This record gives sequence, structure tokens and C-alpha cells, in this order.
Amino acid sequence: MKDNHIAENEVATKNIKIAARDVQVYYGDTHAIKDVNVEIEDKTVTAFIGPSGCGKSTFLRCINRMNDTIDVCRVVGDILIDGEDIYDRKVDPVQLRAKVGMVFQKPNPFPKSIYDNVAYGPRIHGLARNKAELDDIVERALRRGAIWNEVKDRLDAPGTGLSGGQQQRLCIARAVATEPEVLLMDEPCSALDPIATAQVEELIDELRQNYSVVIVTHSMQQAARVSQKTAFFHLGNLVEFGETDKIFTAPEDPRTESYITGRIG
Amino acid sequence: MPILWLFLIVSGIAIAGYYLGLARVMRSAGGDRRHMHSLPSYYGGNVAIKAAVPALLLMLVWLLVQPMIVNNSVSALIPDSAIADASSRGLVLSEVRRAADGMDRALAQGTMDASMANDPQADPDDVTSRLQDAGAIVTSQITQPVLNAAQSYRMQNQRGNQFMSGVVIVLALLGALWGLRGAQADFRARNVVESAVKMLLIGAASIAILTTLGIVLSLVFNTIEFFRLYPASDFFFGTNWAPSFSGRGGSSDLGVLPLLWGTFYISLVALAVAIPIGLFAAVYLSEYASNSVRSVAKPLLEVLAGIPTIVYGLFALLTVGPLLVSVFGRDGLGIMQAGTAVITAGLVMGVMLIPFVSSLSDDIINAVPQAMRDGSYGLGATKSETIRQVILPAALPGIVGAILLAASRAIGETMIVVLGAGAAARLSLNPFDAMTTVTAKIVSQLTGDADFASPEALVAFALGMTLFVITLALNVFALYIVRKYREQYD
Repeated sequence: MKDNHIAENEVATKNIKIAARDVQVYYGDTHAIKDVNVEIEDKTVTAFIGPSGCGKSTFLRCINRMNDTIDVCRVVGDILIDGEDIYDRKVDPVQLRAKVGMVFQKPNPFPKSIYDNVAYGPRIHGLARNKAELDDIVERALRRGAIWNEVKDRLDAPGTGLSGGQQQRLCIARAVATEPEVLLMDEPCSALDPIATAQVEELIDELRQNYSVVIVTHSMQQAARVSQKTAFFHLGNLVEFGETDKIFTAPEDPRTESYITGRIG
Repeated sequence: MPILWLFLIVSGIAIAGYYLGLARVMRSAGGDRRHMHSLPSYYGGNVAIKAAVPALLLMLVWLLVQPMIVNNSVSALIPDSAIADASSRGLVLSEVRRAADGMDRALAQGTMDASMANDPQADPDDVTSRLQDAGAIVTSQITQPVLNAAQSYRMQNQRGNQFMSGVVIVLALLGALWGLRGAQADFRARNVVESAVKMLLIGAASIAILTTLGIVLSLVFNTIEFFRLYPASDFFFGTNWAPSFSGRGGSSDLGVLPLLWGTFYISLVALAVAIPIGLFAAVYLSEYASNSVRSVAKPLLEVLAGIPTIVYGLFALLTVGPLLVSVFGRDGLGIMQAGTAVITAGLVMGVMLIPFVSSLSDDIINAVPQAMRDGSYGLGATKSETIRQVILPAALPGIVGAILLAASRAIGETMIVVLGAGAAARLSLNPFDAMTTVTAKIVSQLTGDADFASPEALVAFALGMTLFVITLALNVFALYIVRKYREQYD
């Protein structure tokens, strides 16, 4: 990675949003993430790829401290967002998660109406002063989630009644409704069909205007389509990180090359 | 031949058939089990099933039918003149049965010989004294018709039993032969055994259902009988419960409203205790408690469910009642007359219901997918916000079901009420008054010297039916709620 001069030059010119330094994650006795150093830029889509169990999801969940909800999980090292250590004692993980939104592998709308699903975050964080403002926030979020036109006439219908692709876009709308700065996506398209996948990918590209997006994916085509930067994880190590084009056309590490050509994984 | 012997003989035939079947199929397959359709034990099982099941079923049916036939024919032997005043044919018949049993016993002890037992001209006085010598319970002097009927009863039963033994054994042998014919290598014995297993399971399920049906029918007929003696409108809308046991009848007030009100009020107090405590306990156990705490606390909480209700009743009578009286009674606030009151029974019943609510709710909360929690945490919600706004709404249908189940229990509870709430049926709003419930009154109407033909006793069935309908409605409603609002995850 250190040899990747082109990438480093690029990084230097852009705004660093998330910086990880020597991050180690342990699940009980298992050393799941080893010495990960990475710098993720603002207003960029960064893809994490790698074979199953390589630690990419685990690392993603470190960025909004979702791993805190797992008893046996222990994180060592520093993760900085805008230069602030999120594992500092002063940081409230609940507040952090409002700033770092997350979209999960399986669409998980709450068993509430579409409106209430999106209004959930703004309500608990008190983002709206009155009903009209909340309506505004919900509409903006649904528009940004590219689902407004499909649901505007049935905001009171249960969110669980939507199709899989719509549910996932609803979840994305729900995540952006709290005005996060970073959006983490853990295989957001793995439960979707190709059409819904295309819609979500288009959406991710639009979200790049406002957010720093980190996406974990098993599909290398998807990584190539949506991301500007790609990180390849293998057996808990960050093997290679750089421009997506470069990773897919001229990888430096032989393991990366083996993976993208389908020899390991 | 005693039934046990017959049963052993049939079992013996079945076991012998099992091994014969094994041997025969082995021969037919040329000693190589790979040439058989099924494993050898299935062929043996096939023989054993065909030998035992029809024979035992016949035995069962025979044992049910024979007493009916014998009773009918013996009953015809008793002239109407032999039935004394203030007695009934049923009482005389049971006297006949007692005399017949006594003869069996006298024969076994040698105080009577077989010729005398079968002699229709035997002296009834002599027979009576001999039976009494043998220790048989004969209430009074045996009369000539009773003696003759008893002799006929014995004869018919003896003959019937012999005939049954013969038929059952023959049927078992025929069944075994039928099974053995199938002990060929290409016979699909495995499928036969499979369908026998299926029939067994269907049988078990239908016994449960038929029993429920039987219970309902027995309630229905007695309830109809009650309403012929007592007007239904007085029963359902009467506000006074004052049964008289003087035996004259007609002077009783049997209004169900005070009892229903007591049931409802005590259940309400119980649920007011059980729902919050049970629900909070469930939330703590499923969301906050660490695994080690949970593994200890949950079984401990469930111990409450294993305490017999009579023990709860004692607790109410001896501990909670006096405690409440010391606070609210004459020495304290002065609003409670005695330890037995709605509040006493309700509190204790509430404690009894806690494990129902908590254990079921805990399971339901655990069944809410982790994805829901992740989604909420991922939006920056705290634990209690997540529980309040996501998990409890998602689990609500199940929790409502659990609560209605607890309500059914509360309505049907008896011992705590008998000991804790007193026995006075009254319509009152004061929770410190003694009241009583439907179940407690069913007990008091049926215990003691009640004549089963009087409305005072039959009212118990009408009460039981009312209770049954209410709890059934509650259960149906609970199921409806659960079905309607159940969220389909996945």
C-alpha cells in the first residue's frame, strides 16, 4: 500500500473524512481485523471488497461503533472522523450513529408506516420543530432515496408491505433523514434483484454529492460501477487500497489480482 | 379370563409374530437383507402391528359395549314392584352389581360354593349373611329379584368375557397370519409401518379433541337441564346470588352478575399487577440482562409458575391478607374489614401470572429480528428508545396474546379466590370488600350434600358453561389479534 504513490497523491488533495490507524478487532479470542490503516475521502464512494469472512463488514461496523452492541467484540486503535477519535471516552456512540448512518444487508424497515419509518430518526433526535418541518424532512429524505414518487400517495401504508428494492431504498431514505455525514452500506444489494440493484446503485452515485459513502460488496462489478476508491480485504488484513480503476486493472498485490480474477475467494 | 392375561397373550402373539416375520422375510430374501424392500425390523413390525392392533381394538370396544348390554338385560329382570319408594332403578341396579361383586368375592374366599351362587332358588337371607361374612358391602337385605338379577348379571358377564377372550385371540392369530403373508422381500413393509405411525398420531390428536367435545357436551346437557328448572333471564340478569340448600328449592336467587363482576374485578386487579411487572421483567431479561444473569433469572422466574395455586391461596390467606389488614384495616386506615378481599386475591393472583406474561413476552421479544434493533441503533437510537418504539410495537401482537392467555388463567383461577377473596357474592366497587367468583361458586355448589337434580347444583354447569364461553371468546380474540397484526419478517 505504501508503494501506491498515485493514490496517496490523490488522497492528499482531497478532504479526509475517516482515518483509521492500526485498527485491530477481536471477537473473543479471534483476531478479526489486523492492523488496518485507511483514509476515506469525503464525497467519495469507497468500496470494500474481499472474500466472505475477510473482515470488511466488521471494519465497516467499527466506523459507527455498531460493534459495541456485540458483547465479545473489542476494538483497538484509532478511528478518526473529521480528526476526532470516535472511540474516545467523550464520544457518545448513540450520537455518533446519528452522524454516521448505516444501511444493512437485508432491508429492515420497522413495522410502522412509511412515514414513521423515515420520521423515526428525526423524531428521536429532535430535528423538527413542528409537524410541517417533519413532513418536509420526510419528503426530502424520500426524494433523496429515489422512492418519493412511488410512495407519496401511501405514506401511511406499512413499510414492510413494499417490495424488496423499495424497502431498501426506504431504508436508505431513513438513514439520510437524520442528515448523516457518512453513509455506511453493508452489502445493500445482496437481497435485491438486478433492477432494484440498478436503482440503488444509481442512488448511491447521487448520494456521493453530499456524503462520504462506504459500501461493502461481494460483487466486483458493483464495486467497479459505483466506487471511486476500492479497498481489498483478505483474512483480516487490508491488502490493497487505491483508485478503483487501478485496483481492477493493475492491482499491485498478487492476492488482489487472484481475487479479482476469481482464483481466490 | 382376566383382562391382563388376555392382553399378555395378545402381546405374546405379536412378539412371536415379529420374530416369525423376521425369519420369514430373511428366508424369502435368501438371507441377504439388501434384497428386501425395507429393513427386516419393518417386516417384523408389520406382523406385530397386524396381530396386536385389531385384537386390542376389538377388546377395547367389547369392554365398553358389554356392560351396556348386560345392564340393559339385567334391568329388564327387575320388576317395577321391586323398586322401593324414594329409590330408583339406577340405585337398585347398583345394588345388583354390588351383590354380584360380593358373590365373586365370597366364591374366592370359599364362604359360598359355585352351585349356590348360580342357584336361582337360593335363600336370599342366607346369601346376604354369607356375602357380609365375605366382607362385601351390601347395604341391606338382598331381595329375591335382586338376587336373581345379580346371578343373571354374573352369568352374562362370565359368558361375555369367555367369548371375548376367544374372539380376541383368534383375531390376533388371524392378524399375525395376515402379516406373515406379507413377509416377502418385495413387500413394502416400511410404508405400512409408516402409515401405522401416522394413524397412532392421528389417534392421539383426536383423543384430545374428542375429550374437549365430551366436556362441552356434558356441560351443555346439564346447562339445558338447569334452564328448564330456572329461568335463563333470572340467571343472566339477576343481581342477587343467594342459593338455598333447604332442599325445597324455588327460593334461591341464582343471578350470575355478582359472580361475573367478582371474577372480572379480581382478574382486573391481577392483570394490573401482572402486566407491568411481567412486561418489564421480560424487557429486562431479553434486552438488558447479560447471558449469565438471564440463564439464572429466567428459570427462577418460571419457578413461580410451578407453585401450586393452593399454596398461593395459603399465601394470600395467611400473609398478604393480614398484611393488608394491618395497613388498611381497623388499626390503620380503617377501610378494610377482613383479610379476605378482592385486593388480596387480586395481588396474589397477579404474582402468579407474572411468569406467564414475562416468559411468553420474553420469547416474543427475542423473536423480533436482530435487524430491527440494528436498524434502530444504526439511526442513533438508544436502547430504551429502540425498545419503546421498535421492539415493543413489533412484538405487540404476541404480547397481547400472552396477556389474554394470562387473563384466561385469571378468570379460571379458583383456589386463590376461595382462600383469598372470601365467599360473599356481591356487586361492589370497593376492592377491599370480600367478593367471590364464578369458579369458587362452582366448587361450593357441587361440594357437600347437593341433590344433583336441583337447580342449586345444576347451576354449577350453567356457571361452567358461561365461564367456558368467556374464556373461549378471549382465546379466539387473542388468536385473531395475533393473526391480524402479526408482522411477517423475512
